[in-house]
Amino acid sequence: MLDRIAKFFTSLRLTVACLGIGVVVVFLGTLAQVDDGLYLAQAKWFRSFFVWWGPRGAHWHIPIFPGGYLVGGVLLINLIAAHIKRFQLTAKKFGINLLHAGIILLLLGQLATDLLSRETQMRFNQGQTLKYSESAGKSELVFLTDAAKPGEDKVVSVPESMLKTGVEIADQNLPVKVRVQAFYPNSTVRARGPMVDTGPPPATQGVGAKAAVASEPETRDTDKRNFPSAVIELIGKSGSLGTWLVSEYPAFPETPQEFSVGDKTWRLALRGRREYLPYTMKLLAMTNDYYPGTDIPKNYQSRVRIENPSRGENREVDIYMNNPLRYAGQTFYQYQMNSEEARANPTESVLQVVRNPGWVTPYLGCLMVGGGMAYQFLFHLWGFISKRRRA
Amino acid sequence: MKKWLPWIVFAVFTIWLGGSFRTPPDKAYDYQEFGRLPIIAEGRAKPLDSVARNALLQLREKQTANLEPWKEWYQNPKIIPAIEWLATVMMKPEVADTWPEFRIDNPDVKGLLNLPANPDEKLQRDGKHFSWLQIQPKLADLKREAQRASEVEASRRNSYDQALLTLWNAQQVYNHLKGTLGPAAGGDLDNDLKAYEDKFFTARTAFAANQRGQAFDTNSLNWLMDQVEAPLIVPVLKEDSRTSWKRAVESVAMTANTGSPVDPALVAYSAISKAYRAGQPAEFNAAVQDYRAQLAMDFAPELKQMRSEQFFNFFEPFYKAMILYLCAFLLVLAYWFEPAKWNWMRQAAIALVLLGLAVHTGGLIWRMVLQGRPPVTNLYSSAIFIGWGATILGLLLEGFWRNSIGVVVSAIMGFLTLIIAHHLSLSGDTMEMLRAVLDTNFWLATHVVVVTLGYASTFVAGLLAITYIIQGVFTRSLTPDMSKSVARMIYGIVCFAALFSFVGTVLGGIWADQSWGRFWGWDPKENGAVIIVLWNALILHARWGGMVRERGLACLAIVGNIVTSWSWFGVNMLGIGLHSYGFTSAAFIWLVAFIVSQLVIMGFGLMPKRYWQSFNSALEAPEAADGKRKPAPAGARA
Repeated sequence: MLDRIAKFFTSLRLTVACLGIGVVVVFLGTLAQVDDGLYLAQAKWFRSFFVWWGPRGAHWHIPIFPGGYLVGGVLLINLIAAHIKRFQLTAKKFGINLLHAGIILLLLGQLATDLLSRETQMRFNQGQTLKYSESAGKSELVFLTDAAKPGEDKVVSVPESMLKTGVEIADQNLPVKVRVQAFYPNSTVRARGPMVDTGPPPATQGVGAKAAVASEPETRDTDKRNFPSAVIELIGKSGSLGTWLVSEYPAFPETPQEFSVGDKTWRLALRGRREYLPYTMKLLAMTNDYYPGTDIPKNYQSRVRIENPSRGENREVDIYMNNPLRYAGQTFYQYQMNSEEARANPTESVLQVVRNPGWVTPYLGCLMVGGGMAYQFLFHLWGFISKRRRA
Repeated sequence: MKKWLPWIVFAVFTIWLGGSFRTPPDKAYDYQEFGRLPIIAEGRAKPLDSVARNALLQLREKQTANLEPWKEWYQNPKIIPAIEWLATVMMKPEVADTWPEFRIDNPDVKGLLNLPANPDEKLQRDGKHFSWLQIQPKLADLKREAQRASEVEASRRNSYDQALLTLWNAQQVYNHLKGTLGPAAGGDLDNDLKAYEDKFFTARTAFAANQRGQAFDTNSLNWLMDQVEAPLIVPVLKEDSRTSWKRAVESVAMTANTGSPVDPALVAYSAISKAYRAGQPAEFNAAVQDYRAQLAMDFAPELKQMRSEQFFNFFEPFYKAMILYLCAFLLVLAYWFEPAKWNWMRQAAIALVLLGLAVHTGGLIWRMVLQGRPPVTNLYSSAIFIGWGATILGLLLEGFWRNSIGVVVSAIMGFLTLIIAHHLSLSGDTMEMLRAVLDTNFWLATHVVVVTLGYASTFVAGLLAITYIIQGVFTRSLTPDMSKSVARMIYGIVCFAALFSFVGTVLGGIWADQSWGRFWGWDPKENGAVIIVLWNALILHARWGGMVRERGLACLAIVGNIVTSWSWFGVNMLGIGLHSYGFTSAAFIWLVAFIVSQLVIMGFGLMPKRYWQSFNSALEAPEAADGKRKPAPAGARA
């Protein structure tokens, strides 16, 4: 029995089957992007063990196809098992061993990236200094109050995943109980029109009393992002303090709204989840170059100053297309805005900030596989040519 | 005699090529010299000749202007070179407006513009080509509809929407060109300048009124829009930039505002236009020469570059290489009728492929020098490069095996890819500028080149497989030896394909890591590339595991064709992803046709051996001459 299992996992037929299924998964996963958008299709087809299907609206679903993790995983086991079984340290096999080791490294590296990498953004204007980066996809509801140390805030954060319509959130760190009256994953907010908006405003307090909010379908376009909004009711010890509208919509005022509990003033905002950095970055200059007489962007470039007191660092650096900055375990990439955005806001820069501990694996893996293949094919070609010469 | 025949064929075609090494002199107006004047359009400095050709491609998908499209080709319609057409558009727009140079095929668009759709020779119309004077009356309708179509998501546009946008774009190209010379167009700058200034200030008032939401003069504003989007005609030399040129309208505005003298370029063009409008070739030629002499002081490198690009346009190296490959293919076809006697034809075919490759290579390098870029920068150049790589691979195979299979692969791949390139070039400038993230010669030279070679070798393996199946099923010429050697060729090329496509794909990942912060993002183009890698790996493992032999290998290699064509063209048609840089709906039909054809050939390949002419005859023949042949020769377990 064990023998048969070993045979199954070391067989070349399994390799071929996995490669074939892999081709189909990648192909169908690509087609699915047309309707589902990049991220959803990716989660459904590639970052999963099975692709699930169920009729629209139904609560059950069944696996209909192996997903990327399953195919990749079996391929990885197959690869490792076959090499344990057949490993030979000879000149003839050197290339084969090297290239397959490289593939193992690539697969593991991708898995590590999938699990460990985190992507955030820094969006700042010329002259602005940031000490945090923000998630573009995940939001947090924050409650701020002055901390004991002057100039610093005490922050209590509620992650977006907890914000669901109808949910009540209570925590000892929170000054109040929070009841989520409505949560919109994507929305637009505008000022109330005197004739248009005849219904009640979305909230009784703060900005929301003079605004109108509309739910939007969640975008699947990679170039666009969602702007979540929420209407929340704050409940203190003596009852409701009223309802507030919070939103990430660009036109929504950035300054947090205020409310008081006892003698303390708290501020309230919905914003991209922040990751604080142990250093600061200041955008000194943003340059947008276009080809002469056109709207075709040639280059976007940010000059930033890094101040890191813990390392005694204070230096300026350029970040531009195809030239990221790697610093303190993170990589800062110049984000390519679409030309309209860039034209409208020429002094604003967006940096993509990625923390990916596995970033070096593709470089190594590529070298190993390329080198191994080249060695192997040249070895064979040489044999072939010399055989023909002799013939 | 036969020994010399390949050389004679070679010599004849070399002479044919040599005949194109000089641009023929113009009889009266020196249009060639005019065509070498520099201008900045679509983000780069180029000769007027290129502007003219690209504009006509966008108007009517041809590089020439036909003034009498209602005549059949044998009735000798008047066809003029692009540059002559452009000279007329820029300097005698009232004449150019009457020429039927806008091609419109979509019946709904014709209906919208109220254009006669029936050809009628007597009324001098063909129902497909229309003049600006015919289109202009309904411009407002066209604008409204084009605006609507532009708001439709690209992947959801129907052919009417597409045709609207094409015509709208053509209209813009045309009117921007008419505005290029500004006040110099009429050939009387001294008198026209004041009127032009007045017109400009009126239009600016209209613009401001429009901005404030007040009533404004539409015609005036439209005129201004055409002026401010015209190509850049006034050269300006700055310390840090050689390309910060001005449009005619900008130059006039500056003169009016600051009182600075009129730019000499406008004076020069005015002189050229004056002679042209008056019908004085000698004066025209002298004025062009004067302007060139004036430019030569500060812009000598540009002038040299213009000359080079104009000659490149004229020489059409890829078109010539295409013809050479086609002739080579015909020679091999003829050779196959009598392979024993007509070996000289195979040799002549090799000579022609070599000649074609030389022209192809020359053109490739020429383009690289003109553009200052590695060979592949867009879909068009990828087709040219795939053809180049595949042709070399085919010649290498021919060098090893000398059995005409390699040379036929070279000829077919060279011809087909250059045909594809030709059709891709119809969309306009093939040396367009590269958007910021693509503006990196290092990655274009590594990732793009390697991955394109991966495409080329996968296609070569697929084509070898096609010859294997067609030869085996329909002829008796696929001997067991032949079968074995073609299978070895396929195997060897698949090895190369696996190497190139893998390294190319991973390099692409590394580029993505450098520019977007992720190695792999499951973007359609990346997925397309990885499918090729997986498929090549599958073929190799299937063979190593003994799961397929010769015939099965051929069938799998044909799937390689499908997979590669999908990655090359199919993913661009999805209209999503960061990579999608070229979309054409006509290409979709071709892609589907190609895939179907490959499936049909595979179907033949999967037929039982007894239906294969070659294997059938081998089975019937009791023992072949060498006596070593096994009864059931070529591998069958597919």
